[in-house]
Amino acid sequence: MTGEPEVVTTTYEKLYNWARRSSLWPMQFGLACCAIEMMAVLDPRHDMSRFGAEVFRSTPRQSDLMIVSGTVTEKMAPVIRRLWDQMPEPKWAIAMGACATCGGPYRTYAVTQGVDRVIPVDVYIPGCPPRPEALIWGLLHLQRKIDRTRSRPVAVGR
Amino acid sequence: MSEAPKPPAELAPWEREPAAPQWQEAADDPVALALGEALGEALVSARTFAGDLTLEVRREAFRSACAALKERHDFTLLVDLCGVDFPKREERFEVVVHLYSFSANRRVRVKTAVGEGGEVPSLVPVYPAANWPERETWDMFGIRFADHPDLTRILLWEGFNGHPLRKDFPVEGIDTGAAIYPEYYEARQGPIAGTGTGWKVKNPPAAAPESGPEEKK
Repeated sequence: MTGEPEVVTTTYEKLYNWARRSSLWPMQFGLACCAIEMMAVLDPRHDMSRFGAEVFRSTPRQSDLMIVSGTVTEKMAPVIRRLWDQMPEPKWAIAMGACATCGGPYRTYAVTQGVDRVIPVDVYIPGCPPRPEALIWGLLHLQRKIDRTRSRPVAVGR
Repeated sequence: MSEAPKPPAELAPWEREPAAPQWQEAADDPVALALGEALGEALVSARTFAGDLTLEVRREAFRSACAALKERHDFTLLVDLCGVDFPKREERFEVVVHLYSFSANRRVRVKTAVGEGGEVPSLVPVYPAANWPERETWDMFGIRFADHPDLTRILLWEGFNGHPLRKDFPVEGIDTGAAIYPEYYEARQGPIAGTGTGWKVKNPPAAAPESGPEEKK
């Protein structure tokens, strides 16, 4: 034996949190210019797969992380809500950029003043648009938040 | 020594002289003359600006003027149709349509005035391409088009309160408290039309602004 432990004791909570935060599957879903930065986060320079969140799924039914990347218009808001409802629990949401956070520069009749009017948001990322590093910061922040989750293994979201 | 090169003869006057182009009466324009004969009193004015003809017609002659331009003068392409709001005018709205003739390579602009609640004859029987621009003009300005096949909102959702490109429309929207998608959300649960909760509307829609855009004649 080389000193590697053969047995590790832990709790269900920690095990589940570790598993969940280490393989977040975001939904492939871009709304505006922030989506370009979200694409850049997958490139070799930034490489979000280092944090286990590179598997962008094209359907909400296989995703557990919604990155709302861009301006949410009032006409798009019910679509976002429907996609959110279709995602299985547990699930998390990141509001990426000023528009998704609070409407950004668009204080107008056509723009939802923050996606948190429609879905619960875990992490808000400032910036217009945020750099890819900022999205990685948001993801790490979300991972810390998932690590802190104190609940039974079901219903980590809301 | 060498003479300054003469400007080519085909240049228009406003191109030879760098002065800003001015509005001019289109007295000798063949299209304007022919339309003046056909429409008579209904042709309010015919002027040119930088070589482009602008015709102002009465509302009831709007369609016949465009039909004449299309059939007799070969203005086959409807480039754009839109509305303009002049809050100080008696008839506050203007409907502007831009037409283009491929054979003559020339453009013409046809304008007609319409008041609040008035109706402009739809151009869809003449130009099918006018369908969506007219819906947009209805959506944004609240100008109705008579005989339009389906005059519904095109950009905003049905039930939206107001017409946002009017000068007296508050840009934050008018909060009616109604949910915009009642089939998904109950009132105050989903996104709220325009402002949402906690937002104050700066200019109540009833009060028109003190100053409108400057009128140019």
